[in-house]
Amino acid sequence: MQDHVQLSQTKINDDLLAGVLGMPKWWLPTVVFLVLVIFTGLGAYGYELNKGLGVSGLNRPVFWGFYITNFVFWIGISHAGIMISAILRLTQAEWRRPVTRAAEVMTIFALMAALSNIMFHVGRPWRLFWVYPYDFSRGIFMNIRSPFVWDPSAVMTYLIGSSLFVYVALIPDIAVVRDKATGRFAPKIYGVLCLGWRGTPRQWRLQAIAGILLSALVLPVFVSVHSIVSWDFAVAIGVEGWHSTIFAPYFIIGAIHSGVSAVAMIMALAVWLWKLDKYLRPDHFDAIGRLLIVVALTWFFFFFVEWIFALYTLEGPELALREFQVFQAPNKWLFLAFLLTAFFIPVPMWMFKRVRRSPMLMFLSTILVNVGMWLERFLIIIPGLARRQPLSFDWGTYNPSIIEILIVLETFAFVALGMLLFAKFFPIIPIFDMKEGMEVREEIKIGRRVVPASIRETP
Amino acid sequence: MAKRSVLGLFTEDQVDEAGDAMEALASAGYTTNEYEVLTGTPYPEGTFGEAEPKHKLFRWPLTGAACGFIVGLLLTAGSQLAFPLVTGGKPILSIPPMAIIMYEGTMLGAIVFTIIGIILESRLPRIFMGAYDKRISDGYIGVTVTTEEDRIPRAEEVLKQAGAGDITRGWESN
Repeated sequence: MQDHVQLSQTKINDDLLAGVLGMPKWWLPTVVFLVLVIFTGLGAYGYELNKGLGVSGLNRPVFWGFYITNFVFWIGISHAGIMISAILRLTQAEWRRPVTRAAEVMTIFALMAALSNIMFHVGRPWRLFWVYPYDFSRGIFMNIRSPFVWDPSAVMTYLIGSSLFVYVALIPDIAVVRDKATGRFAPKIYGVLCLGWRGTPRQWRLQAIAGILLSALVLPVFVSVHSIVSWDFAVAIGVEGWHSTIFAPYFIIGAIHSGVSAVAMIMALAVWLWKLDKYLRPDHFDAIGRLLIVVALTWFFFFFVEWIFALYTLEGPELALREFQVFQAPNKWLFLAFLLTAFFIPVPMWMFKRVRRSPMLMFLSTILVNVGMWLERFLIIIPGLARRQPLSFDWGTYNPSIIEILIVLETFAFVALGMLLFAKFFPIIPIFDMKEGMEVREEIKIGRRVVPASIRETP
Repeated sequence: MAKRSVLGLFTEDQVDEAGDAMEALASAGYTTNEYEVLTGTPYPEGTFGEAEPKHKLFRWPLTGAACGFIVGLLLTAGSQLAFPLVTGGKPILSIPPMAIIMYEGTMLGAIVFTIIGIILESRLPRIFMGAYDKRISDGYIGVTVTTEEDRIPRAEEVLKQAGAGDITRGWESN
């Protein structure tokens, strides 16, 4: 990181707590708008609950539609959040400092949005508790052989683990808010939340170890969750295009592709909305841009291999499905849009340093990636079910209803609102991490040049 | 006897003076359990001459993982044996799906126990803050001494001599 602004601890507190101790002008109108979108979506869900799933576009043979597409999309987004944070912490990457918190918080809200999609999707959500070992009185237990029991156990593990991870890393920053907050209740509430943190060497030492240890523990969970989500599809023998052994790594790398892009989007938004350009420098965008090139190329490799596996079999049904995905309208237009937005437009853009260092261009290119990755999930799920088969009773297609569209929009508004509310009550950039970064920074003279350097010790 | 604490505040530039204060407190007969340094940012270990903190954090994830594995095993094997429904001609205790839930249980146990370990090993939650100054969050360095009330004046004197700007007192638990 050559591009650096040295700031005092007071200045860091003032800048990073500006959104917590004050309220930017745009904040309230944005929150009101998002709440309206959420209530509209919940109203639509209430209508669906009252009338039944018939008000959605789901019908024989396409019983998985927008909700499941959206579920897989949000699980994917949630992944890179913690992945990027954990890997950057483990490798002690210096540019992680302003990025980790937003990435971790995004994980939590994205996971909640993903879980809500399951609730929207099932016909009788009041029986969701049947996936847990609850019904002792009638001697009925969940069927652990079903992927629909693996899913909640993995997602809940990930949600609990990542929430606790965020909380532990937040404790020193809550203590700063406690010391800075005014009023009667705020200092007391933050005082309770930070558990009486004082900043002793012991506490700092354990905080450093916690970052490494929890990263190492959360990473295997992150890998397992999207693998298990992919097995929801892969263990279904009867659907061509789903029954593939490569699905677990393919889903994971797809999740990283969309999730790292989402982190870059949030970084750009933080620069514009909270004026954090002193903390999120062009160097940070450059670094995440380089990471995105590697991730996108790896994802494309898996995408390519998945197609080769499918075509190399020369099995009639598999070839018919691929033909349906790529050459028949409307799928062919969606497939074209998916390829362009997920890979062929953004990746060449990221090859240019000027693009990687521009928050605006990184924002636009990463939005494209997420549009593309949403379409990718749609193209995996719907054509597989909609393909005309010789022995099927129904030949149908899928047209999402306005109810489904409103509910999907609700999930996007929910994640955005969650991030905004979090940023109102807690610093979205880790204060102590930034202060440590300033503390260990030094300028050293090599020959006739003075270059910035970081002193680091391994915890 | 109720313990009392005293805090000497040093500015961000007085890192050496804060270290000197810690040394002076040791020379004055205070034990390492009685004094500590408070900072708003993590300094490299040993900056103030403090000893490396000893902890047993690494036991927590292992214990948690073992507990989580056992719960996962009981949940999967127990529920299948309690309701022995043959599915797809597979054995009642089918290892691959059991392994998935046991794995998640193991990891959840390890994470939850690690969090509990981090909090407890950090000596949190702390109900009595003792002597503390909000300026520590702005970069000031606090050297605090927690001891019997009659030994407090001597500690104040040591802190003053080391160059502490402000000195404040606070109560601790019995």
